[in-house]
Amino acid sequence: MPPLFLAHGRFERLVKLLIAYTIRRLLMLIPVLIGMSFITFSIVHAIPGSPAQAILGEKASPEAIKQLEQQMGLNDPLYLQYFRYMEDLLHGDLGTSIKTGRPILEEIGPYLAATMELALAAMIIAVFFGVNLGIFSAWRHNTVVDYTSMVIALIGVSMPVFWLGLVEQWIFAQELGWLPSNGRMDPRMFFEPITQFVFIDALIQMNFEAFMDAFNHILLPALALGTIPMAIIARITRSSMLEVLRSDYIRTARAKGVGEGLIIYKHALKNAFIPILTVFGLQMGLLLGGAVLTETIFSWPGVGRYLYEAISTRDYPVIQSGILVVATIFVVINLIVDLMYAWIDPRIQYGKE
Amino acid sequence: MSTNAPTMPVGEPEPTAGTEVERESPFRDSLRALLRHRSAMIGGGIILFFIIIALIAPLLLPYGYNQIDADARLQAPSADHWFGTDDFGRDIFARVVYGARISLWVGFFAITGSIVIGSLLGLVAGYYGGWRDTIISRMFDILLAFPSILLAIAIVAMLGPSLQNAMYAIAIINIPTFGRLMRSRVLSVKQEDYVLAARAIGMKNSRILLRHILPNSWTPIMVQGTLGFATAVLEAAALGFIGLGAQPPEPEWGKMLSDSRGFIQSAPWTMLFPGLAIMFTVLGFNLLGDGLRDVFDPRMKQ
Repeated sequence: MPPLFLAHGRFERLVKLLIAYTIRRLLMLIPVLIGMSFITFSIVHAIPGSPAQAILGEKASPEAIKQLEQQMGLNDPLYLQYFRYMEDLLHGDLGTSIKTGRPILEEIGPYLAATMELALAAMIIAVFFGVNLGIFSAWRHNTVVDYTSMVIALIGVSMPVFWLGLVEQWIFAQELGWLPSNGRMDPRMFFEPITQFVFIDALIQMNFEAFMDAFNHILLPALALGTIPMAIIARITRSSMLEVLRSDYIRTARAKGVGEGLIIYKHALKNAFIPILTVFGLQMGLLLGGAVLTETIFSWPGVGRYLYEAISTRDYPVIQSGILVVATIFVVINLIVDLMYAWIDPRIQYGKE
Repeated sequence: MSTNAPTMPVGEPEPTAGTEVERESPFRDSLRALLRHRSAMIGGGIILFFIIIALIAPLLLPYGYNQIDADARLQAPSADHWFGTDDFGRDIFARVVYGARISLWVGFFAITGSIVIGSLLGLVAGYYGGWRDTIISRMFDILLAFPSILLAIAIVAMLGPSLQNAMYAIAIINIPTFGRLMRSRVLSVKQEDYVLAARAIGMKNSRILLRHILPNSWTPIMVQGTLGFATAVLEAAALGFIGLGAQPPEPEWGKMLSDSRGFIQSAPWTMLFPGLAIMFTVLGFNLLGDGLRDVFDPRMKQ
């Protein structure tokens, strides 16, 4: 929310500064994106020996290797190969998967949708439980409840996401049999993909059985993926709430007899929100990275699993482009969070870095 | 009281308690506060426990980490096999204990590497500024633009899967954390009077950097290093888990977890104990790191 209490002229000046800041941030993206493309380009070229050899394996015939080298343009000078790579990227060409022979751009769409769905579900869990756990701890500061939830948060930060996933699978899917342990949906379910987002598709087709099935499938992986961000968000919320709850205006509100719930959720949380937002942005990276691990455990058909399979079959174009796509999404999310941050609290950073 | 001040010249009157506290160096003061910090001590204790286990326990174990026993496959925990056995009949307790060596070793070398390289780059960027700063800072931006585990995957994909390459990858992805920290410390220390004075009397840059700026910047690096150790252990396990880190038969915790995936129902102990080992190691470094931060650098506390 823009600070509306500002006088007319000052508000306009603020908007101008924010626009300038946005443009500067967008310009700063250019070297970062170029650097990223350079790193992903190097993946193929830094492999010891010939990339064609690495792709085809030890037993490949020399002719096959020569042919693939020719096909990949590996005999050209490096700078030429890099320019060709960049040119292709700018035309939206992410290369061709060696395993399936299909363009990666076509292939990656459904995987991306699955990952976004999972990441979003995990984030909802993380924010909802993290913020409330943090608030509760701050509210009941220095009590058993506070200590318990902070110990839980600390253990949450220390757990590897893939282990948590395995433990969940063991308890909830294998031992108790409450939830499915694999996949995005029951394969026997008749279902027409339209947008590739199963929840939206199910709603469009009014297929509530499919919706519930998708819901049951996403619970375990989302819980595994969301736990670490949840723990971090809980810790940050607690400490920033503690700070806010000590401030004068909260004391005033209390003195006026404002109800405790209103104080916490309306007055205090609003001001504790900025550090939470920062952490949210940082956690998206962890979430996208964690998705690679979570998806392999739960056979979730997302980019992470796509990458994992590419790694095990040495499908280098897919490794290259998969990493580039996820990193680009990460950069864009961080940019959006930074801009929101500047918008919510313009004092902070429309000046210099 | 006099035993506390053995260097006191004879004949001087004994100081009061108050002046004795003032005589203490801030470092010893902090050290004392750290020893009183409960969670830091718990964390330190956990780490010490794992270090001792990693160092001496292999000598005491009845089984080797790769001792295959076809008659003892997937056995539940018992007096013979405290943590049970895996699908090759190998003793999981032995493997977890040897795994502590691997994880601590990888974490130590990776984080030391990123501290040394990151600090050097941060020092140069912060102290000299100008084009050096621009290049180094942009480099950090690019490295930070990747979700860290993804960058690690990219690096290992380049170098080829092995424990050593996983260690290099972890070192590289953590460089910008320390680099940026050092740079910001240098920027603020640079403005201190004693540095300006050193410069005014014509002290050489290298000497200023080594004698004044580095010693005054290392506390946040130490704090971050401890927390970074926790991350490094997690990252090593993650790389091992997706098959890019330790290769069989090395008993790396992450690799053990991925090997256990087929047996989580029939033999959950194959998955339980390596995971607990990772969790407690990481918890130990997190607790100690938080404690160090509270004591040495209260400003860094959120």
